[in-house]
Amino acid sequence: MLATFVGLEIIRKVSPLLHTPLMSLTNAISAISVVGAILITGAAHATMLSKVLGFIAITAVVTNIVSGFLITDRMVKMFKKREGKK
Amino acid sequence: MIPQSVGYIYVVAAALFILSLKWMNSPATSRRGVFAGEIGMLLAIVGTFLGFDVHNWTWIAAAFFIGISVGIPIAYIMPMTAVPQRTALSHACGALAAALVGTAEFYQRQPNASTELGAIFVIPVIIETLLGFLTFTGSLMAMGKLQEVLPQRPITYRNQNAVNFTLFAIALGIAVRLVLVPTDTWLFPIFAGLALVFGVLLIIPIGGADMPTVIAILNSYAGLSACAMGFALDNKLLIIAGALDGSSGLILSIIMCRAMNRSFTNVLFGAFGQIQVKQGAAEQRAYRSAGPEEAASILEAATSVIIVPGYGLAVAQAQHKIRELFDSLTRRGIDVKFAIHPVAGRMPGHMNVLLAEADVPYDRLYEMDDINGEFPQCDVALVIGANDVTNPAARNDKTSAIYGMPILDVDKARTVMVIKRSMSPGFAGIDNDLYYMDKTLMLFGDAKAFVSEIVKELPAKAAA
Repeated sequence: MLATFVGLEIIRKVSPLLHTPLMSLTNAISAISVVGAILITGAAHATMLSKVLGFIAITAVVTNIVSGFLITDRMVKMFKKREGKK
Repeated sequence: MIPQSVGYIYVVAAALFILSLKWMNSPATSRRGVFAGEIGMLLAIVGTFLGFDVHNWTWIAAAFFIGISVGIPIAYIMPMTAVPQRTALSHACGALAAALVGTAEFYQRQPNASTELGAIFVIPVIIETLLGFLTFTGSLMAMGKLQEVLPQRPITYRNQNAVNFTLFAIALGIAVRLVLVPTDTWLFPIFAGLALVFGVLLIIPIGGADMPTVIAILNSYAGLSACAMGFALDNKLLIIAGALDGSSGLILSIIMCRAMNRSFTNVLFGAFGQIQVKQGAAEQRAYRSAGPEEAASILEAATSVIIVPGYGLAVAQAQHKIRELFDSLTRRGIDVKFAIHPVAGRMPGHMNVLLAEADVPYDRLYEMDDINGEFPQCDVALVIGANDVTNPAARNDKTSAIYGMPILDVDKARTVMVIKRSMSPGFAGIDNDLYYMDKTLMLFGDAKAFVSEIVKELPAKAAA
């Protein structure tokens, strides 16, 4: 609940200028479910089913983390570059 | 169960996520924000490995390897114009992961159902799986529409809402049953299937113009399902990060909805169903068109120009040509500004990213409320591939489907030029009165080709 509140406060301040990078950043952050995926795959008594599901989950989510952060960085860099020029 | 040190690592990671969002406030600190996010994620992963008794390393390592090797090319190859699709795809991936983890959790605890499958555990898992699967297929649909694999027009049929509602009610019924009697495992696949189907049905009736909102909503769902996962696994970091994500998606969708003067339910269930009927009645009306030379000379004679970019700019990848035009006009001492409507393009902030890619200084980009007062003083408004966001019908035609939607007051400029591929209506399926005004010149053609021709005309005139 607290996090939601903090989240609302923070996002409201973000200018529309940065909405796309913001979204791709939150996307990367939502990939935090990697923690859950690791726990389920790595559980000591993991069944075959949960290993396979967890495997797919980790793959999907790691793809998200990597591409999410990289692409956000790429976008943000473009904003940054122009600022340097001014 | 969680060692103290991991608790601390998680707190730091959560704090970094919050800071990272906070730093997204301004372009100056945004890179630091991304960096903070990366460190936070790294800490979270490392903390998990250290703090818990993790087995099956080969599986995890292999998954990481595949994920990384797929993720990097995606990030670098994807052109900036395809960012909305990528975002939808990544929502789909994230949601799928959440849903699968939920499923795995459910089955894993099955053997000791009586002790481990209490309502406290099952309810979050159910929510997680529902939102996860729903967002998965929904995002895939959204991506299909953005990529134009699927028709952008809303797909509607009779009793659509009734069908959707029934499906949802059944899913809900099964969910309740699963919470009460968690040993009924056979219900679980049905539940998952219903969620998948529901995701498809939810998105197909939504038109291309509403995609920014939809993406924001899906963003929020993906976050919420991560949050639910956090409750199921009793993991605070997941709860916090999920909630952050959920709320940011929510806020964005509210902003988008406000920008279009529509409510959530309207976007989700309304489609633009009724308009298609009216459209047939529209008769052929007269308009004026012009070539690049005429457009160039009008632009040259102006002292202030406002450029209104839209989705057409993204499709034609015309952002670099626009930049040339911007440079060329600015050199002549012409005041050039960009007016960005909140829902221009296919996702929030889409236009800003494109123009940023082409190096247009971001202090020349103006938001709707800041620039609307300037249109009456502006000589030329150049609309590039934008349609519904400039339609004066939103202001004065009460019967129009977009009535009340805040628009850019392009029609108040002294001259209006519209670059467009044809006279066809925009994605909302509504004819635009702007095109038939006396002061409007239609410039037909691909945005990129046309702008570059204008640019070519400009230096020639200067030399003469």
